[in-house]
Amino acid sequence: MLNINNLHVKLQEEDKAILKGVDLTVEDGQVHAIMGPNGSGKSTLSYVLAGRDGYEVTEGSAELDGVDLLALDPEERAAAGLFLAFQYPVEIPGVGNMTFLRTAVNAQRKARGEEEMSSTDFLKTIRAKAKSLQIDAEMLKRPVNVGFSGGEKKRNEILQMAMLEPKMCILDETDSGLDVDAMKLVAEGVNALRSAGRSFLVITHYQRLLDHIRPDVVHIMADGRIVKTGGPDLALEVETSGYVGMVEEVA
Amino acid sequence: MALAAAKQEATATRLEALSLPEGATWAKAARQDALGRVRAMGLPTRRDEYWKYTNPATLVQAEAPAACLFDADESPIFGQIDRLRIVFVDGVFDAYASDDLALAGVTIERLAEAGATDIHWARDIYGAFEARGQTPVARPFAALNTAFASDGLLIRASGKAAMPVSVEYLHRSETSDAILHHVIRVEEGAELTLLENGPAAARFNKVMEVDVADGASFHHVRAQGRDHERRAATHVFARLGAESTFKSFTLTVNGVLTRNEVVVELTGDNAVAHVAGAAVGDGDFHHDDTVFVTHDAVACESRQVFKKVLRNGATGVFQGKILVKKDAQKTDGYQISQSLMLDDNAQFLAKPELEIYADDVACSHGSTSGAIDEDALFYLRSRGVPEGQAQDLLVLAFLAEAIDEIDDPAISADILSRLDGWLQRHHS
Ligand SMILES: Nc1ncnc2c1ncn2[C@@H]1O[C@H](COP(=O)(O)OP(=O)(O)O)[C@@H](O)[C@H]1O
Ligand SMILES: [Mg+2]
Repeated sequence: MLNINNLHVKLQEEDKAILKGVDLTVEDGQVHAIMGPNGSGKSTLSYVLAGRDGYEVTEGSAELDGVDLLALDPEERAAAGLFLAFQYPVEIPGVGNMTFLRTAVNAQRKARGEEEMSSTDFLKTIRAKAKSLQIDAEMLKRPVNVGFSGGEKKRNEILQMAMLEPKMCILDETDSGLDVDAMKLVAEGVNALRSAGRSFLVITHYQRLLDHIRPDVVHIMADGRIVKTGGPDLALEVETSGYVGMVEEVA
Repeated sequence: MALAAAKQEATATRLEALSLPEGATWAKAARQDALGRVRAMGLPTRRDEYWKYTNPATLVQAEAPAACLFDADESPIFGQIDRLRIVFVDGVFDAYASDDLALAGVTIERLAEAGATDIHWARDIYGAFEARGQTPVARPFAALNTAFASDGLLIRASGKAAMPVSVEYLHRSETSDAILHHVIRVEEGAELTLLENGPAAARFNKVMEVDVADGASFHHVRAQGRDHERRAATHVFARLGAESTFKSFTLTVNGVLTRNEVVVELTGDNAVAHVAGAAVGDGDFHHDDTVFVTHDAVACESRQVFKKVLRNGATGVFQGKILVKKDAQKTDGYQISQSLMLDDNAQFLAKPELEIYADDVACSHGSTSGAIDEDALFYLRSRGVPEGQAQDLLVLAFLAEAIDEIDDPAISADILSRLDGWLQRHHS
């Protein structure tokens, strides 16, 4: 599914290397978790994969099912099946949540040469999915993320993911700022989407989320590299003894 | 005070090219007075404070600069709305294209044909509102208009108008120079919607005087376009009675020079005046909104909402003032002017002003100028929305506060479709 090879990234504006050779392969249907201290480059990795400006890839590659992601515009990556749930979802005053989602769904369909979703089908689908995430109709009408609480924003990300049905989902600290109930909702939303043809890369600080979304593989990222890879137990190890040992191993 | 020689000469040259119209003898005195006003104040130059941001030279010169005709294959705006349609071509009434000037609840006449008698309801308004609007700031093109307007509409609503009155200004001659003057009176408790659209002429000078009586309501929506080289100086002078409502929205797409002045006087308690504008311009587009709202009664509300989307060298100007007189307590005044710059070459010049003499008022104003929010753009694109479409969504979101000032959803849908057309044609 996702193949990242020796990825080196620096900031465009200054000579600061952030990713220093990331190697990562996510197979079809797998859930991988990335943990790591603040500032280790987890969000940068997710932004670079999604195609945000401001970064320069100096070496390496990233492919989604053999397609060179780095050569595509952000919208093309989305149409190719990549989705990023933002650590900090953006507020867009004046653009209705519903309008936004319908535009996005249909733009992706159009890019893939599929037929647009009728407004009745769209309404039916979004209502059902919003309900299971406890997003009420009023929230759907409001401008994108404007006035949403932290938890509402994160649930809104999962709603977008559910509507867009991507094959590669990256979740950047979707659990941060959520209380236990909200986290369970989000986890249920994610688990409902798990399937043989869909993979997840879950970035998190805490073992907590991984109790609900069981990962197949856990990676530890430090200083722009994956420094350790293991099974679900690795997350437990982080929980009890922190990153100190692992990070020092490489340093 | 004697005018500067250059100004005097420019004014004389312009006036020589015009002749006072014959029709509507009841308006004769008003025309003579207005001519006197123009001579006394002279036509503006860039040196006048009120024209600091907009060069009036091409509006002053004797001949209208030529303007090419724009032919886009677009369905006419407001075409799907039930309306009474009145057409002027290059400022000349087109009887063949117009509907009969008959509408339940409303009487409509043409200025050029409004009788040789000395009595007419419009006599108290024609040129009178314009003259009042000359202080504290001179508006010479409006006085010129009162003196020389060749035609216009005299509309009087005595009940709820059965449908909107729609005035279309077509442009067919590349050198046309049109001067039209409308007088509108909405009687006590009556309701009228006026729609205006079209490029009008190579150069267009239009004045509209509106008397909104107690409890009356007047809605005005206009779409100025589309011929890029056209020029226009327009004025609205409105006086509002108690409990009355006045709402005016203007969409401007293209136009090498547009100056829209709106002068509103709230003279009856609890009146409401909203003036809004959305302008989108590319290249040598120059658009100027100059608004003056005077609160002269208790507990009135006024809103000014002006948004401009500019790119590729386009210039936007906003001069907006709220004047609250001593006894206008409980005034609620709001003013916002914003520009969205789609690149680094556009220019926005704003002069927001508050002048308040009452002590119990709530007035706020703000003016901002910014670029497209890159984070929002990336967020939209990351969901699969192509860059151009994402930008359009953000542009429309920026304009939403102004467009929301249009009450009728069918009319605002029309305005939105016109904006969409512009955005499609002007993608980078
Ligand atoms: N646009 C940027 N400008 C300056 N520094 C940045 C930028 N993006 C990331 N960084 C820096 O890169 C490092 C990694 O950041 P980030 O990817 O957000 O880490 P994480 O998500 O693991 O906490 C940090 O030191 C951060 O300050
Ligand atoms: Mg982060």
